[in-house]
Amino acid sequence: MFYFSIFFQYIGQYMKTRLQYRTDMVVEIISDLLFQTVNLIFILVVFGHTQSLHGWSREEIIFIYGFFLVPFAIFSSFFNIWDFNERYIVKGEMDRILTRPIHSLFQVILERIELESLFGGITGIAVMAYAASSLHLHFQWYDVFIFLLFILGGALVYAGIFIALASIGFWSDARTSIMPTIYNIGNYGRYPVDIYNNVIRYVLTWILPFAFVGVYPAAYFLGRSEWYGYAFLTPVMGIVFFVISIFLWNTGVKKYRGAGN
Amino acid sequence: MDKYIEMIRIRFLMMLAYRTNYYSGILIYAINIGAYYFLWSAIYGGKENIQGLSITQMTTYVAVSWMARAFYFNNIDREMATEIKDGKVAVELIKPYSYLGMKTMQGLGEGIFRLLFFSVPGMIIVAFLFPVQFSANAATWLYFELSLIFSFIINTQINLLTGITTFFLFNNDGLIRAKRVVIDLFSGLLLPISFYPFWAQHIMSYFPFQAISYIPSMIFTNGFKGQEVINALITQAVWSGLLFIPIACLWSIAKKKMVIQGG
Repeated sequence: MFYFSIFFQYIGQYMKTRLQYRTDMVVEIISDLLFQTVNLIFILVVFGHTQSLHGWSREEIIFIYGFFLVPFAIFSSFFNIWDFNERYIVKGEMDRILTRPIHSLFQVILERIELESLFGGITGIAVMAYAASSLHLHFQWYDVFIFLLFILGGALVYAGIFIALASIGFWSDARTSIMPTIYNIGNYGRYPVDIYNNVIRYVLTWILPFAFVGVYPAAYFLGRSEWYGYAFLTPVMGIVFFVISIFLWNTGVKKYRGAGN
Repeated sequence: MDKYIEMIRIRFLMMLAYRTNYYSGILIYAINIGAYYFLWSAIYGGKENIQGLSITQMTTYVAVSWMARAFYFNNIDREMATEIKDGKVAVELIKPYSYLGMKTMQGLGEGIFRLLFFSVPGMIIVAFLFPVQFSANAATWLYFELSLIFSFIINTQINLLTGITTFFLFNNDGLIRAKRVVIDLFSGLLLPISFYPFWAQHIMSYFPFQAISYIPSMIFTNGFKGQEVINALITQAVWSGLLFIPIACLWSIAKKKMVIQGG
């Protein structure tokens, strides 16, 4: 209950600071939209030169992309910790966090919340709706719940990976360039993983399981029954990776000695 | 002049102090380029070539684009934004050097570091793993290096422009992000410009972005031949010159308009 009230208080504060720099907020939402359009343009331009990608049609790839946007939006709104190392460890902000009586990760996440990223989820649903209608997909009533479950699983996979990466900062206080590159790798989960070499496919499934944010769960809605096994693993992978990352974080916090001033 | 060279050296040494992360970075770059290689193989799907680029040329294009990016890419727009927001810029402005010149030199120090410790070893690893083709022609290398220098200049100029807008917008994280996305797409990093429909290519030819990534990568992969190379280099030179004008104008207005929000 205490955590809930803190959560809403932070959101309230967040809205205030956001409304202070209104132009910037608008530019930020536009830049998100732009980012999503860029990826869509990539798919469209590529399919201007080929009919199918390893047996997947243009609309199917667009559907997977639309699906990916939804968990990604949830992740970027609530787990925006990609500059954790620089902001909290190098500058010594972590010391302040640790003096407060709530869980350190919870507090860092609250401080870095970015609600405007949720707009990406709306774009994702719109993209999916377009692709679904041109593919004449049919959905059952329970698909809504499966969708929510998969979205949550995907967001947790993303959150788990990036919390684990942020935890590295407790052991090495150097500035890191890993985060942005992993961000880029996250994009490959949007493409059918069967096009990749087995090593990359393995990495995207079990080590950096980005495939569970895009292609695997989306395959369920596309009726690709050969992928159903992986699709239903999505929530499990989400929980497993999230729990591992929390464990890493807690171990890291104990190790943390403090840097900066 | 000495103080600017000193800037390059200091930034280089600063990067060197944090070098451990770069080793893991090389591995991740290799995975990154690998994933693109397989993606493109699937896109080619047996086709000999698309828009005049073979699959080997395409792989080389992707690898070179990312390696070149390590050199021209820098965060000076973000650094400027922070310094302006924190009010540190006021102190910087009274120091006996050109603020913009110093930022450029810091970017250059970073670029040289990444080129030596990142691009070169990364390229060697990638060359072992994937079918990448290096040109044996000395002239190609020379043109490539020249065009890479222009890439750095143009990208830095765009970064400086973005950084200066902080004076007017106060908080421009969104703009910085938007700029990055636009550059990734329109510079030819993700897709060679020749893959776009003609109308889009036509629009893009009016912007300086393709001078950043598309031109050096096309020169390296021999996608440009003969006169095309010279024309491309002239395009880059013209843009490097033209972009000085808005920078100079905005900078002189910005200095007068400066509001320090803290510090």
